Amino acid sequence: MALVKLPEVASVIRSKNSGPYELTLDVIFKNKEAFEAACRAQVINKSTIAKLYGISEDEVIGIIEFAPAHAIKATIVRPFPSGALGETDVYGAQQHAPLLNLEFELT
Amino acid sequence: MNEFRVLSPTAILGYGFPEESFRAGLARDPHLIAVDAGSTDPGPYYLGAGVSFTDRAAVKRDLELMIEAGLERDIPVVIGTAGGCGADPHLEWNLEIILELTREKGWQFPLGVIHAELDKELVRQALRQNRISPLYPAPDLTEEEIDAAKHIVGQMGPEAVMSVLGQGAKVVLAGRSYDPAVFSAAAIAAGFDKGLAIHMGKILECGAIAASPGSGSDCLLGTLRTDCFIVEPLNPARRCTPTSVAAHTLYEKTNPYILPGPGGVLDLRETTFTQETETAVKVSGSKFLPGDKYTVKLEGAKCVGYRTVSIAGCRDPIMIGQIDHITEAVRERVQDNFKRYGYKYFLHFNIYGKNGVMGNLEPQPNVTAHELGIIIEAVAETQEIANTICSFARSTMLHYGYPGRVATAGNLAFPYSPSDFKAGAVYNFNVYHLMEVDDPLSLFPSKIIEVGKEKR
Repeated sequence: MALVKLPEVASVIRSKNSGPYELTLDVIFKNKEAFEAACRAQVINKSTIAKLYGISEDEVIGIIEFAPAHAIKATIVRPFPSGALGETDVYGAQQHAPLLNLEFELT
Repeated sequence: MNEFRVLSPTAILGYGFPEESFRAGLARDPHLIAVDAGSTDPGPYYLGAGVSFTDRAAVKRDLELMIEAGLERDIPVVIGTAGGCGADPHLEWNLEIILELTREKGWQFPLGVIHAELDKELVRQALRQNRISPLYPAPDLTEEEIDAAKHIVGQMGPEAVMSVLGQGAKVVLAGRSYDPAVFSAAAIAAGFDKGLAIHMGKILECGAIAASPGSGSDCLLGTLRTDCFIVEPLNPARRCTPTSVAAHTLYEKTNPYILPGPGGVLDLRETTFTQETETAVKVSGSKFLPGDKYTVKLEGAKCVGYRTVSIAGCRDPIMIGQIDHITEAVRERVQDNFKRYGYKYFLHFNIYGKNGVMGNLEPQPNVTAHELGIIIEAVAETQEIANTICSFARSTMLHYGYPGRVATAGNLAFPYSPSDFKAGAVYNFNVYHLMEVDDPLSLFPSKIIEVGKEKR
C-alpha cells in the first residue's frame, strides 16, 4: 500500500464546461491498473469533490467511471453560469487545479 | 454502399488545418466534407450580439479549400452552427463569405441554407403548452426571459440537413446544429446505422482533438461501415488510440454513456474501442435510442448592461496584504459618491494572484503572491454609467490611503493609457431548455439558392 497523488497515475486532469451551467472534471488514468485502483479506492466521490471545491454534495451532479477511457469524471454545478457577472472562467478550463493535490491509497 | 467516409478538416471552421493533412484526407476519397462552425464555449456574448467568435479571413480560408475540394469531387460540404452560434445574423455573415468566394472563384452550385433562429411567439406558445423544460441546473423559463432574449436558437438534428441534401444541395450552410448532425446526416440518409453515424460525428466534430497528440486545427477521417466505424488522423505526427478516442467521447459531457441529442439518446454502454491499425481506432456497439418525444435544445442570450474595465498591477507588499479591505473601501467610496443618482451597477474587482481564476471554488484563499493583477470591472445599464463607475473606482483605488501606506505616489501600475476600456454590451445566457416538437423539421426552415447563376 502506498499513498500516491493523482498526477502520478493520471495522464490527463482537466476541467471544462459541459454546457453553460455545468463544469465537468475529467481524470484519465495512465493505464487500466491505475484506473481500477482509483475506482477501488473511490478516490473521486461526491464527498471528496465537495470538500476540494468547498461546495455542498448537492452541487456535485454526478461521478462517472468510464472504463473505455480509463477515466473518472465528476460534474458540478457552475458557481456562475458561463459568462454571468462575477464569473471568472468562461470556458471552465482552469478549475482542475485542486485535483492535482488529491491523494489516495494505491492498493 | 458499404462504407461512408467523412473528412473533418478542423474542430471549428476558422481554426485552420494543414493543407497536407487535408490533401491526405481527400486522397482517401471521402463521401462528405463536414465542419462544425460553432460552440457555446466562448460564452453568451456572441449569441447575444449576433457576431462570430471566429475571424472572417480565417473562416474564408478554410471554406475556400473545403468548398473547392467538394465541388471538384462532386461531394457535399456541410457546415453546422454557422457563424459560431447559428442565429440569423451568424448565418448571414457566413453566407456572405460563401457568396464572396463564389464571385471570386466563379463557382456555381446549389447552396442549402437552414435557419435555426426561433420566432419568439413560437417559443412563448410552446412554454404556455408546457412543452419547454429547463436543462438542469438552468432555471425554469418565463415569458419575460423569452422577451428579453436577443436571439433564441434551436439545435437542429440530422433530419434538417438530410432534407436539404435530398433536395440536391452541394453545400449546406446550417444554423445552430447538434454538433454530430452535419457529419452524420448524409450517412443516415444513405442507410447507415444512426447510432454509429452520430457517435462518429461526435468524435469527428472536434477534428484531430481525438488523436494523440490532439489538435483542434488538424484533420480527422471517419469511415463508417455497417457494424462499426474507424477514425484516424491524417497527419503522420498523430495517432488515434482507444484511450484517446474514448477520452474524447467524455469531453465536455456530463455522462459519457448516455448522451442526449435531438430525438433521442446515444447509448454507449456497450461501445468498444479497439486499435485497428497503428494510427486508426475501430469503434462498435454504439446505439441510438429514440425518445418518446422529439426534443430540441434551445439556447438564448439577453443583454444585461454595458461594461468598462480597467487593468492594473500592484507590487506593494503592504497593499497586497490588505487588498480585501482596500477593495471593500473603494466599493463603499464609489457607492457613497454617487448615491444621489441611484445608479444601478455591478462593480467587481478580479484579483489575479488571489482567487482570480477560481473565485469561490478556490481552496487556497490566502495571498502568497509578490504582485497582483487587478481588473476593475463595472457593468451598468448604460455605457456612460459603466464608464463613470469604473473611472471613479480606478482613481479611488489609485490614490486610496490604506493603513500603513508608505508609497504615497499611487497604488496601481497601469500597463496602458488609456487605462479604461469600454467593452460594450454584456450578455447572459438566459435560455438553455428543451422544447418538444412534433416534426423535427418544423423549427428549421430551409431554402436552396442557386449561387453563381446570376452572373451567367
